[in-house]
Amino acid sequence: MTDFFQDQPLRIAGRSFTSRLLVGTGKYQDFDETAEAVAASGAEIVTFAVRRTNLGQEAGEPNLLDVVPPDRFTLLPNTAGCYTAKDAVRTCKLARELLDGHRLVKLEVLGDQSTLYPNVVETLTAAEELIADGFDVMVYTSDDPIVARELERLGCCAIMPLGSLIGSGHGIQNPHNIRLIIEQAGVPVLVDAGIGTASDAALAMELGCDGVLMNSAIAHARQPVLMASAMKKAVEAGREAFLAGRMPRRQTADPSSPFAGRING
Amino acid sequence: MQIQLNGEVRDLASDLTVAQLLEELGLAGRRIAVERNEEIVPRSEHAATRLADGDRLEIVHAIGGG
Repeated sequence: MTDFFQDQPLRIAGRSFTSRLLVGTGKYQDFDETAEAVAASGAEIVTFAVRRTNLGQEAGEPNLLDVVPPDRFTLLPNTAGCYTAKDAVRTCKLARELLDGHRLVKLEVLGDQSTLYPNVVETLTAAEELIADGFDVMVYTSDDPIVARELERLGCCAIMPLGSLIGSGHGIQNPHNIRLIIEQAGVPVLVDAGIGTASDAALAMELGCDGVLMNSAIAHARQPVLMASAMKKAVEAGREAFLAGRMPRRQTADPSSPFAGRING
Repeated sequence: MQIQLNGEVRDLASDLTVAQLLEELGLAGRRIAVERNEEIVPRSEHAATRLADGDRLEIVHAIGGG
């Protein structure tokens, strides 16, 4: 943000954040690239997956949590790859154990392997169960405003509609629905999934989103670290543009230089 | 005794605790979480939890993901 203006922090589940860009840690070439991209993005909230340990692994093998240490980042374990509420709840409980009682999770329950579209019925079931168990649930969902409203009513601490399919890079396919979700929401709304390039992230913020979560758009860029830096700026630019308020659209031109005093007048 | 460990069948000495199994697997002290028959086994109970024939054990860690 510029030095003459101080934005409100992003508040999620009682914590405050300066950065409105949340990033994933998947699809990088190695942990060095992960660390550099996360640093360049300026993200404070970083999401990761929970998977079976490789039982043949070397004792000294590096661990993702050494790259994004819990004392420097707000870690956001996710339930990526879960297709039922039951598996998502189990995964969140494992994550809580893994991170010594950590309550903040990203819930996603998928419905289909080719689209990775959220199964909102299972998502609602899992959200209710997790919230009753004391979790703070940031929830990945469709861009359906009614489902978003129900997830908020259940107590989710952030609503995260897709811009387009996970990993597709198709940007925000239905900005009108994202607007509807933002206008009704009493908790932060973040676009999660579908961002392809910096202008998509800026658009999300210009629509009034509280933040953006992305992984592939950075990790699959030709130069991930440079794209991470671009995304940081795009989210900041979009946020400032939203707060500044865009000029009204006009049907006809409106000269910026005065009419009076022209030499041909 | 036989258990399912991360989806694979394993033959183990009977009377093994979760802590002893983690030691055998070279996972002692590492950032992992353990679930036994779909219930979390908290770190504080690894030493006191004895495995039983037919147990389904999951040992997980953090990996890159979005």
